[in-house]
Amino acid sequence: MIKTDVVIIGAGPTGLFCAHQLGIIGLKCEIVDNLNKVGGQCIELYPDKPIYDIPAVPECTGEELTNNLIEQIKPFKFNFHLNDRVQELTNKDDNWIVKTTSGKKFQTPNVVIAGGVGSFEPRKFSTKNAEKFDGTSVLYSIKDKTIFKDKSVAIFGGGDSALDWAIELSNSSKVSLIHRRDEFRGAPASVQKIKELSDKNIINLFTKYSIKDVKGNGSLEEIEIKSEKGESKIIKADYVLGFFGLIMQLGPIAEWGLNLDKKTIPVNTENFETNKKGIFAIGDICAYPGKLKLILSGFHEGALAARGCFKYARPNEKYRFEFTTASNTIKDRLGIK
Amino acid sequence: MITCPIFFCAYIKAMAKIKYIEYNGKEHVVEVQNGLTVMEGAIQNDIPGIDADCGGSMSCATCHVYVKEDWYDKLPKKEMGEDDMLDQAYEPNSKSRLSCQIMVSDDLDGLSVYMPEKQV
Repeated sequence: MIKTDVVIIGAGPTGLFCAHQLGIIGLKCEIVDNLNKVGGQCIELYPDKPIYDIPAVPECTGEELTNNLIEQIKPFKFNFHLNDRVQELTNKDDNWIVKTTSGKKFQTPNVVIAGGVGSFEPRKFSTKNAEKFDGTSVLYSIKDKTIFKDKSVAIFGGGDSALDWAIELSNSSKVSLIHRRDEFRGAPASVQKIKELSDKNIINLFTKYSIKDVKGNGSLEEIEIKSEKGESKIIKADYVLGFFGLIMQLGPIAEWGLNLDKKTIPVNTENFETNKKGIFAIGDICAYPGKLKLILSGFHEGALAARGCFKYARPNEKYRFEFTTASNTIKDRLGIK
Repeated sequence: MITCPIFFCAYIKAMAKIKYIEYNGKEHVVEVQNGLTVMEGAIQNDIPGIDADCGGSMSCATCHVYVKEDWYDKLPKKEMGEDDMLDQAYEPNSKSRLSCQIMVSDDLDGLSVYMPEKQV
């Protein structure tokens, strides 16, 4: 059990800046994110796209913004828990017990949800039967590639993950690559390689096809694919891999008893607390009259939520407002001599 | 064209009628102002079935619609990247578009779009 002042859910720009503000006022925090890297939507959706509305920064990319925020919170040495997702929140006295999917446990008076539009999860196959094999023979990521040795593997998708795995696995497995159109969005060199492998009959390439059904008694045996015109084909498969990119799902947040408005969480605008004491929501996921889904709004919300956290983390202390330009305490926290 | 008598100015308030058809068949016909996108038309009129998680920056695929056959070819062509995003949509087909990339104009008056079963 890790004891801390605040658990921040979401390592996007809003969560990162909230962490900065917590550090400034002398609180500790732990940051959990479902992705394997820091930066949230900025990194996952548009790392190279320029952003033009960060105050005092005329232009920067999502990646630059993220790197600067990481740099800004470095002095506080906060822990990141990546590739992990907060699954459960339970109330115990004046604290929240926070449990993650990987089994980590935190005890904290404050939880700040900076979850954007939810957590990124792989888009799954829409066929009902695929669920039966989910995690066993229908997979959306690869942890151990040795399981595919000498097996038939059907790979769906047109991006780099699909192409790279098709190329890699074709060395030791019978690979079929299925994509809904003729063009691939993967790197040109990979697309070229796939075409060569297909010409040499090392992989079976099916374009303009999508999944129709997966079949098998106990274990997966074959899949059926269909073209838009309605033609269907049966392919033998021991494994099916789907690489359709990531979608954003509210996920377990919906089960914590918070008031919800569609996919957002209503908050007050004084400290961005939700209907639950000690649970705050900031950034794209929070809702209040006049809410703008801008990064700069997330920064403001994070600063105020941090002060809200102080009240519960230091119930016997009075919060004192200080400027970073003038306060020696803050300079100490930032490690400035 | 409507003339505004108070300020002695004239402004053009051109609208196009867009029909949004939910997966269950329920139809919504709304007037959408020229210059907005088909996605914005749905959001502003609280029409269910279009999520638009990324807010129209072509970074997600949750404003996916199917365009009625006879309309598909009349729409401005897809720009680079739209098909890549559509690969990540729920059940895309050859009549799929991201509604955030369809700009409303006089030419689109009468357009019908069908919503997929779900966006995510």
